[in-house]
Amino acid sequence: MANVKDKETTKVNIKIEGIPFQVEAGLTILEAAKKCGFEIPSLCAFNHGECSKASCRVCLVEATGARGLVAACVYPVAEGMEITISSPKAVAARRVSVELLLSNHNRNCQECDKNGKCELLHVAKITGAQEGRYEGEQTPVTVDELTPTIKRDTSKCVLCGRCVERCKNAHGIGVLGFENRGFKTIVGPAENRSFINSPCIMCGQCINVCPTGALMEASEIDKVDMAMAQGKYVVVQTAPAVRAALGEEFGMKIGTPVTGKMVAALRRLGYKKVFDTNFGADLTIMEEATELLNRIKTGGVLPMITSCSPGWVNFAEYYYPDQLSHLSTCKSPHEMFGAILKNYYAAKIGVDPKDMFVVSIMPCSCKKFEKNRPEMEDNGYRDVDAVLTTRELGRVIRRAGIMFDRLPDEDFDNDIVHDYSGAGVIFGVTGGVMEAALRTAYFVLTGKEREGIAFKEVRGFENIREAEFELAGKKIKVAVTSGMRGAKVLLDQIREGKSPYTFIEIMGCPGGCINGGGQPYVREVFLPNEDDDIMDTYMQKRANALYSEDERQVVRQSHNNVQIQALYKEFLGEPNSHLAHELLHTHYNPNRPRFD
Amino acid sequence: MAHLSEAAVKQITEICDRYADEKTPLMMILSDIQREYGYIPLEVQELVSDKTGIPVAEIYGVVTFYSFFSLQPKGKYVIGCCLGTACYVKGAQQVIDKFSEILGIKAGETTADGLFTIDALRCIGACGIAPAVSINGKVYPKVSVNAVSGIVDEYKAKEN
Repeated sequence: MANVKDKETTKVNIKIEGIPFQVEAGLTILEAAKKCGFEIPSLCAFNHGECSKASCRVCLVEATGARGLVAACVYPVAEGMEITISSPKAVAARRVSVELLLSNHNRNCQECDKNGKCELLHVAKITGAQEGRYEGEQTPVTVDELTPTIKRDTSKCVLCGRCVERCKNAHGIGVLGFENRGFKTIVGPAENRSFINSPCIMCGQCINVCPTGALMEASEIDKVDMAMAQGKYVVVQTAPAVRAALGEEFGMKIGTPVTGKMVAALRRLGYKKVFDTNFGADLTIMEEATELLNRIKTGGVLPMITSCSPGWVNFAEYYYPDQLSHLSTCKSPHEMFGAILKNYYAAKIGVDPKDMFVVSIMPCSCKKFEKNRPEMEDNGYRDVDAVLTTRELGRVIRRAGIMFDRLPDEDFDNDIVHDYSGAGVIFGVTGGVMEAALRTAYFVLTGKEREGIAFKEVRGFENIREAEFELAGKKIKVAVTSGMRGAKVLLDQIREGKSPYTFIEIMGCPGGCINGGGQPYVREVFLPNEDDDIMDTYMQKRANALYSEDERQVVRQSHNNVQIQALYKEFLGEPNSHLAHELLHTHYNPNRPRFD
Repeated sequence: MAHLSEAAVKQITEICDRYADEKTPLMMILSDIQREYGYIPLEVQELVSDKTGIPVAEIYGVVTFYSFFSLQPKGKYVIGCCLGTACYVKGAQQVIDKFSEILGIKAGETTADGLFTIDALRCIGACGIAPAVSINGKVYPKVSVNAVSGIVDEYKAKEN
């Protein structure tokens, strides 16, 4: 830490465009210029050095003491340095860099779903690059559309390496890499395979960081349109994390909760019923807390690990097939809810389940994969028929001409599967499932609610968080992590028989669902109204939106959701009953080859 | 990793262990495997990844970046024809074409009997004896088109 402190306290004097500034030593020219009010266009530099390969050459500037032009994203400032961004030489060089990128780029921009959020077009605009300046050979193109989750189109790749770094940083997996050499270089899984034949967990973090349309979610908007056109009874459910980020798609500040407007928009899009996945989350907690307590009571396999995140489940199947018995058998909340909608609710409202079409709006791209798993079907009906990401929902709302910011706040459909507790809401942030389960487990074991309700010990964004609780005279240790780096540590402990924990929550994406692979892109250049460094704060802001909704809820524990109680009384019997097992639980596949 | 024999797993593990203390062991490990087996298929890369913690995609990137590494098995005799500037102006293209003609394979390919592979090399630093051909480390200086069939016969004779 001493070094970091030194860096902060040591200042250097520099000049940008002839104007003197004092900045921290150790900053790159790009960072220093930003602090001084200059935006140097850049593509490959991302998230405070998470990726800085200086490969795109878009940030070239002149700096005294350097020969020729330097890449601002990696070149550090030094005492007395004079930086020129606007010299004719630097301006021309940046423009040519972008023009060269464009010359090997699929320029069907109007067909690209990234249109409007494309950083290549952004830097083209800033640098004044003209798309047709250079024409020539194109790198051989690979388009991977085999997965239901991620679409990879190398004709739009600028080889910035951000996805490569994110895959490695977030998960330590590194499914993506550069391959071949020179003009034939591409980014992809080894052997230029499809993601479906690689040990990709399909979390979609690579989509979140891609500056262009090279990596995108596989869209299911058409599928939903089709169901609507066929006159199906189309029902929609929305995951908690969506409401914390959807506003960003419409220029609202990060962390603005938009639950009411989101419901209003969905109603205007023609969905017959608008429900909240949180009902499913409450159901999950009833099942999962019961499963945990049973495992503790009967000497079952411990620690038990949550199973809501399909990215994490994929990771477990690929990398720890020998430890799958630790995963809770619970389906994820939207799958549980889907099963209830088709196998219970449909009959209640007199709709043939085969005519019902369940759409899940998810912050997640991997849910698209999960809903296709063979296990996610009951009595011949798919639990969920289509999954749209938060971003896709944004697109659909814009397409329908709905002015989102002018919508009134509306409530979810008031029906027998409508209520949800605050515990369900916080599922969307890392630590939330743990906290929700503890609230209910505490009640089941002690017969009373915990004072203060919240288990704030498990909140936060540190990689691995642990806490110890006393439940009915017994001490239990729990751990929470998100991103597969932490998962690997916890799973290795289990494999070696050294895990001190009883219950573990693991989410695929760093930060949990609020930072899921289907959430709006967080890019400073497209969010000019944010007043702080959003790369450092966006997750906390989105999390706060969920924690504040939890606090506003009257019912904050899943077991106190009266509609959940009624569902058990009338239909399921009790948690972990035979019927509950059939509809709400699943199993895992220990035989998934990493390279098929 | 079903395709790897137990002996291969053992030997590759040994190679990885050899460089366990190195900060950046990958190039050394891959070089040893390339030398030992003549190629580095994906199954082997997976094993190296398991042993070193380096992602498979990164290893694959290194293997496909350096032409020294190969994904396919190479022939018993690897005919490296230098096509660097000096060799090229001295007629190396005709030399490599002659090898192709005699063996019936293109540069980068291996004969069906697994005996010969033709590699087109960039400058191997032997410009003084251009055009140069290097076969399994043995360097043939000033190779003429007419000498090619004699060289091939030399190796074929070793096999009979």
